[in-house]
Amino acid sequence: MSLSMQELERIAQLARLRLEPQEAPRMLDQINGFFELVERMNAVDTQNVEPLAHPAAVMRDVALRLRADVVSEPNARELNMQNAPAADGGLFLVPKVIE
Amino acid sequence: MSQDIHDWGVAETASQIAAKHVSAVEVAQHMLQRSQQLADNGAFLSLQVESTLAQARAADAQIESGAKLPLLGVPIAHKDVFVTRDWPTTAGSRMLSGYMSPFDASVVQRLAEQGVVTLGKTNCDEFAMGSANENSAYGVARNPWDASRVPGGSSGGSAVAVAARMVAGATGTDTGGSIRQPAAFCGITGIKPTYGRCSRYGMVAYASSLDQAGPMARSAEDCAWLLEAMMGPDLDRDSTSLDVPVPSLRAHLEDPREGADVQKPLQGLRIGLPKEFFAEGCRADVLSAVKAGLAELEKLGATLVDVSLPLTELAIPAYYIIAPAEASSNLSRFDGVRYGHRADHFEDLVDMYVQSRSQGFGPEVQRRILTGTYVLSHGYYDAYYLKAQRIRRLIAQDFQKAFATCDVIAGPVAPTVAWALGEKSNDPVSQYLADIFTLPASLSGLPGMSVPVGLGEHGLPVGLQLIGNYLDERTLLHTAHHLQAVTDWHLQQPQGAKV
Repeated sequence: MSLSMQELERIAQLARLRLEPQEAPRMLDQINGFFELVERMNAVDTQNVEPLAHPAAVMRDVALRLRADVVSEPNARELNMQNAPAADGGLFLVPKVIE
Repeated sequence: MSQDIHDWGVAETASQIAAKHVSAVEVAQHMLQRSQQLADNGAFLSLQVESTLAQARAADAQIESGAKLPLLGVPIAHKDVFVTRDWPTTAGSRMLSGYMSPFDASVVQRLAEQGVVTLGKTNCDEFAMGSANENSAYGVARNPWDASRVPGGSSGGSAVAVAARMVAGATGTDTGGSIRQPAAFCGITGIKPTYGRCSRYGMVAYASSLDQAGPMARSAEDCAWLLEAMMGPDLDRDSTSLDVPVPSLRAHLEDPREGADVQKPLQGLRIGLPKEFFAEGCRADVLSAVKAGLAELEKLGATLVDVSLPLTELAIPAYYIIAPAEASSNLSRFDGVRYGHRADHFEDLVDMYVQSRSQGFGPEVQRRILTGTYVLSHGYYDAYYLKAQRIRRLIAQDFQKAFATCDVIAGPVAPTVAWALGEKSNDPVSQYLADIFTLPASLSGLPGMSVPVGLGEHGLPVGLQLIGNYLDERTLLHTAHHLQAVTDWHLQQPQGAKV
């Protein structure tokens, strides 16, 4: 199957990206070119095969773990905010959201 | 001293400094000067001379006070996806132009604790997405063997810096081959350890179930020195960091395998050759160099056995679904609010996200975000994303079947030598296809290595890939070290190392 321009635009909207009109057809072609490779996966019978989300799951004697929900980092608010595009008084500034 | 400072490897530099034949400041100054003289190769995105010299002076002071650390005073470059306090971190993206991290990545911190001095930050594909370093927002990096060719990617700048003798070692990251392939293209040695060996804390995320850090240097021995310092549990900071002890990688590298003698130090080592890695997709010049490397390993006592990894080709679609899916999620954090690029003009909050992201991300990153968003969207998740994950499991299982009859798997790193700048930049699928031999180990989380085995077409380097079983980095480094003890492929100098 191949992706239509409308579908690509919907996906771009979900991803908060804007496709330039002159770039969009090429982007669509390239993504559809890739999905031709993807179709080859259908030749493999994967019934009864569990999806593998993480390689540790196939390593012997290695378990994924959870850590205790405790603070492990020091408070570095000022340092963390120094890269903010717009900040004031220790707060991130964003455009007005509620009228 | 028979060689120039820049010809010393990591271990040699460490011992020269420890013996006070040279100071850390002298080494740093020499390498900084070379790095500036060779700057046209695009290896570095950032040099901060004063920060490097301050670290070097601190190393010299430690030496004066009698400190003994394995890498004390040795300058190392970091790929620009590792965050660093004293150098900007851009991940090769306009999105992070000028970003200054409030902290050092765990890998950077660990190396610093072993005495390393940071020489600078190296060029890479944007967010580590690419196989040629041409997706960097800050310009291409050039292959030191031929400046009209790509160095490979995504850790292209690190490979160039090491090959051009601007630095003895560098960090890289490998998600689908980004250490091994540029190492192969530039004729150096690089290793990606088992997934989870190196902490991902402070590594700008691309695809979290695949991203793994590793060293790039000119010899396996130097990689062992660096990797030993880089690996280890980081349990509070990385939920996928492996809670397993780290073996010594540099100790006993010279020793023969257990039960072998010095004449045949690799006696008993079974090297599996997957027939799919030696099929027609691989160019003849690459195959003949790889076979020359294997013949040397046989002379050292190793035996070659045939194995099969039947789903090798499908690693390409599986990887290019899973990695973009994870990337689309990881890169959603770039919203123009807390850090990163914010557009100058926008209408409202949503438009601010859209404008900032569309301006900040380059074309390949946008392509992968779109692909990832699509395969995770309602109605396609099962057909694409879960299907790819099921194939991922089958690929990992095939490796375990192969390792039942061998200790190490070997083959080419890439089907060709380095291609020309611009040759594949408009054809992403042709670049994806060139990743065929590195993707299977990545999807499986296995350690993989690239070792130079001579030159192919146009006098360009070829890399032999060695893949080990989980947690068995040692066998890879031991095998590569013995190969390098009897060959000089890793000592060849490219034209681009001349000032």
